[in-house]
Amino acid sequence: MPMASPGTITALTAKFPLVIKSEFRGETRVVLPVEQLLEIMGFLKGELGFDYLVDITCVDYLNYRDARDRFGLVYLLSNISANERLTARVYLNEPNLTVPSVVPLWEGANWLEREVYDMFGIVFDGHPDLRRILCPEEFTAYPLRKDYPMQGRGERHNFMRLGRDET
Amino acid sequence: MALELPENVVISKLDALASWCRKNSLWPMPFATACCGIELMATGASKHDLARFGAEVFRFSPRQCDLMIVAGRVVMKMLPVLQRIWSQMHEPKWCISMGACASTGGVFDTYSVVQGIDRFLPVDMYVPGCPPRPEQLIQSIIDLQDKIQREGTISGREFTTAARQQPKRALVEVAAASQLDSARNPVF
Repeated sequence: MPMASPGTITALTAKFPLVIKSEFRGETRVVLPVEQLLEIMGFLKGELGFDYLVDITCVDYLNYRDARDRFGLVYLLSNISANERLTARVYLNEPNLTVPSVVPLWEGANWLEREVYDMFGIVFDGHPDLRRILCPEEFTAYPLRKDYPMQGRGERHNFMRLGRDET
Repeated sequence: MALELPENVVISKLDALASWCRKNSLWPMPFATACCGIELMATGASKHDLARFGAEVFRFSPRQCDLMIVAGRVVMKMLPVLQRIWSQMHEPKWCISMGACASTGGVFDTYSVVQGIDRFLPVDMYVPGCPPRPEQLIQSIIDLQDKIQREGTISGREFTTAARQQPKRALVEVAAASQLDSARNPVF
């Protein structure tokens, strides 16, 4: 897996000193402050050439060992021409689960952010169409949160029962 | 008074004749959502040849079918669709719940997977297995044919008889199990 080049990381940390950088098995990871998220993402796309947003996903660190924050929002970025990859994270805590949407930068973030909203309840400010994408529209819970019971809260049984007479 | 019948004359009841016609021309509606659907296709294909039992005409329109085969897990977003398709089928109609997932939810005991379609639909036959072999599905269709021969009438009143409305033994067990479950987990 190609990692981000040292020049890329140096340019990023020189412009944004609050960015924390780490590496693990050839993967470069940066932790971004949520206040500067959109600015840094614009820099990563515009100046450093990360033109492709691979995925947006989220981790719930509830009851996780040594975790200080509740949610870790993960952006997987790729620079196709230079063959670089970068993992960018933002940590979020309740009740401030709002981050700026990156749809203005990468159009493909539309459904990715909708999925994170559906499963974790992270609100993306400025998203053009923030609706649930996987669960039914009348669903109220966020099922991938760790405090949601695996068997649900009875949602799977809230249906009309059809007998032999109702046809 | 004994009547001498010619050899080529058979005496029967009209009900039995209608049931005999029905049971030998079942038109299945494949509601295949998962791996059971592959076995369902194999059942209809040349090796197992469901045509031997008069049920080879798979139609994807519920209006043309009288046997719904639910093959695979049904999630809560899919269940209203399933119910609508079932409602669109004409009487008389029957339902086979094929495989562990359709019958009980299988291993998918999660918030989104319906724990058995018989909670929300009338089911005539349950086929165990994960997925069931085509032979099992064929056996369930043969058993269903016996059931249609026994219970079918030309007026369709079999669907309102008291015996038909009685919950099946397996359903009673499911109800008892869900009571146990609700005692264990009150939000169930």
